[in-house]
Amino acid sequence: MTALAALIRRDIRIALRVGGGALIGVLFFLSVIVLMPFALGPDLPLLARLGPAILWLGALLASLLTLDRLFMADHEDGSLDLIAMSRQPLELSCAAKALAHWLAAGVPLIVATPVLGLLLNLDLAATAAVALTLLVGTPALTFTGMIGAALAVTLHRGGLLLAVLVLPLSIPILIFGVAASEAAVSGPQSFGAPFAILCAVSLISLVIGPFAAAASLRQGLD
Amino acid sequence: MMRLTELANPTKFLALTARVLPWLTAATAVVLLIGLYQSLTAPDDYQQGATVKIMFIHVPNAWLSMFVWAVMSAAALGTLVWRHPLADVAAKAAAPIGAAFTFCALVTGSLWGRPMWGTYWEWDARLTSVLILFLMYLGLIALWRAVEDPSRAARAAAVLTLVGAINLPIIKFSVDWWNTLHQPASVMRLGGPTLDRAFLIPLLVMALAFTLLFLTLHLAAMRNEVLRRRVRSLQMMQAGQKAA
Repeated sequence: MTALAALIRRDIRIALRVGGGALIGVLFFLSVIVLMPFALGPDLPLLARLGPAILWLGALLASLLTLDRLFMADHEDGSLDLIAMSRQPLELSCAAKALAHWLAAGVPLIVATPVLGLLLNLDLAATAAVALTLLVGTPALTFTGMIGAALAVTLHRGGLLLAVLVLPLSIPILIFGVAASEAAVSGPQSFGAPFAILCAVSLISLVIGPFAAAASLRQGLD
Repeated sequence: MMRLTELANPTKFLALTARVLPWLTAATAVVLLIGLYQSLTAPDDYQQGATVKIMFIHVPNAWLSMFVWAVMSAAALGTLVWRHPLADVAAKAAAPIGAAFTFCALVTGSLWGRPMWGTYWEWDARLTSVLILFLMYLGLIALWRAVEDPSRAARAAAVLTLVGAINLPIIKFSVDWWNTLHQPASVMRLGGPTLDRAFLIPLLVMALAFTLLFLTLHLAAMRNEVLRRRVRSLQMMQAGQKAA
């Protein structure tokens, strides 16, 4: 097994086994969605109209919550230094960790979406559209958030700063994700245009994220 | 390039700016006064009346908010690629100034929007992307302050600055790519400016005035930052001696 594959497997195992692991993101997602009808009132048509936006916001906040676990635990026990010193380029190691994080924390969010769509009175088309845009958008959220996670890893009280740094970069992903979901459900705008831009943003973040994160980690660890 | 490497010596930089700064301040004041006079005596717009004169403050501030981020990106490259000693001083000094310009652009734009559009705020592409730029400025300032050692903070901030630079073309082209309430480009466009000379001249003079203002404030802030780091080194040396 190659070193990168071993790194991915290790990260997924840790995320799934450690208490309060990646699955806590799904619980947070559920909590946010459940809170919405209490705040908005049980008006079902209103919830159906706002549904895609609420699901996207919940997914964004849930990713943000689990993001600081990306590097923090490894930094605390010293394995981040070992990963940085290994023969694998740090960029590839960061990409592998982000991929593992997405598999462990992002994919459960997508799987939970149909169930939560029921809570928000979304029909099948809307739920499918939201799930599809989340499938394309959550990697973007993870790989963009990775930049903030790497910047904040060496700070002691870095958690809140991480959110402040990552949110402006995540706003375009949110905008296009919701635009694509809403276009699929209603409205004259096309689904294709915002969806294509969302795919493009995801692909760009797949490249820029690891490079920026590796640069930040190098500066932070030495 | 030789000039830049000579200026890498902070003492030489302090000496040079001490000579240059009074002249720069005077030039800024003169151009600002000329610009303000031209703005106040410019004719009223046939539609907007005298309110159009907010443009002479709003547009230069908006241009400078993006220009300062571009200057910081160049400084970030200086830090990461060439390890220029004063590049991080330049970046740290420019961030609050850029944030102030962005804030003024947002506020003056909002005040202009109320009589023109009927609303203080609108979530269109231009306003949203400039608001995101303002949030990124604040995040950058927070990052500078979060790390104790200035040179380590510099490298982290440099990475964030370069990542945030992607917002600049988005802001510039936002009025072309989306259907926005904010008007499209009238000055920096392929066909040349469409603004009448009576408004274009005061606008360009005010833009020059604000650029000189940024230059003056930036050099003064860089001087302060160099001195601040010297004080910090002295304090650390003193604390080390006391402990020993």
